[in-house]
Amino acid sequence: MKAPVDYLLHLADNALILGQRNAEWCGHGPILEEDIALSNNSLDLIGQARLLYQHAAEQIGDGATEDTLAYFRDVPDFKNYTLCELPHMPLMSATAQGDRDFAMTIVRNFLYSSLMVLVWDQLQNSKDAQLAAIAAKSLKEVRYHLRHSRDWLVRMGDGTDVSHAKAQTALDQLLPYTQEFWTASPQESAALANGTGIDMAALQSHWNLIVDEALQEATLQRPAAGGFVPTGKQGVHSEHLGFVLAEMQSLARQHPGATW
Amino acid sequence: MSTTLTRESSRAQQAWQLLESLSDPEIPVITLRELGILRDVREGAQGLEVVITPTYSGCPAMGQIEDDVKAALATAGLQATVVTQLAPAWTTDWMTEAAKDKLRAYGIAPPHACASEKSGGANVVQFAARGSKPPVVHCPQCGSSNTTETSHFGSTACKALYRCLDCMEPFDYFKPY
Repeated sequence: MKAPVDYLLHLADNALILGQRNAEWCGHGPILEEDIALSNNSLDLIGQARLLYQHAAEQIGDGATEDTLAYFRDVPDFKNYTLCELPHMPLMSATAQGDRDFAMTIVRNFLYSSLMVLVWDQLQNSKDAQLAAIAAKSLKEVRYHLRHSRDWLVRMGDGTDVSHAKAQTALDQLLPYTQEFWTASPQESAALANGTGIDMAALQSHWNLIVDEALQEATLQRPAAGGFVPTGKQGVHSEHLGFVLAEMQSLARQHPGATW
Repeated sequence: MSTTLTRESSRAQQAWQLLESLSDPEIPVITLRELGILRDVREGAQGLEVVITPTYSGCPAMGQIEDDVKAALATAGLQATVVTQLAPAWTTDWMTEAAKDKLRAYGIAPPHACASEKSGGANVVQFAARGSKPPVVHCPQCGSSNTTETSHFGSTACKALYRCLDCMEPFDYFKPY
């Protein structure tokens, strides 16, 4: 049994786009250890994306490779959560420049990792054996990502007035984007139906437990639920993804097939 | 038939011996077999197959390892397909005691046994909770247990950064995975 290609692309795109975002800190980390930590985090995420793209490419055939999937698809083809593509700065229009805000990075990594420890754990039982194998590896990695981001979340939330305020602002801005986790997309429904995917809505209460426990320890307030539900996983993205792709894909598109 | 089998298995045996000398590109003191990356050498439908498994998903050394395997076999005129297999997922628990001793001698604290269950995402929450005691990592230089973690993530994906509070030396800790 094979997972639907679009479902594999959804999982891969999440990992690739967040990996690309976190890699923006490479050489710019607030301290050396965090520079290394975020680069390692990116390496894991991009590694997971590669395994998933390779698996999807085998099913697509017709010359598809991990590189064609990463570098030669456009915004509407990407199926990542909108959360993964947002810039590391309090929200503003795409062309505006702002400083990377470490609190945004940490809160996003925490919200995403809290979800993915549950997703990868469940996907170990996927009827797609290769996806189950990728899940077993990714689970080990995302546990470290959760540990890292949760640790910083508590340190910042329960830290100084400034760090608390920054963490709270980041949480207020990012938490609404997680509403997208729980609504089923066509590819998620198809994967669930053939036994290769999982029921995302069933993970919500466990995710809430992980998040609420950490927020309490971090003395942060959970913003009210509700409002706009993002649609990134259905290919309808924020304006930010185009800028991420422009930077990520320009080299491969300028020099197709280049090797070194 | 029996002669064919004998010849094939001896070819695999020869390959094992050749690959025994290969070390990890980033940790040259331990071999690929000791690390658990080299999983199998077998006769496949297309000839000799060498099965390797990545440590971390994004391990950048996998390409180098594949090249090293092919080059080592080529010295004896052997050709093989290198197969990357993900399951069962690599774990530091596969590392031999001899390999752990070599790591220590090289200045890297070897990994503890994997505490994390195969299943269950929630245990990580307790893992990071305040007041919980992580396992003691002994300094590979002076053996002291008086050490502290500087960073969860180190010079490669598989390591964390530590510091000894007695001899003051920084060192790498191979993380349980």
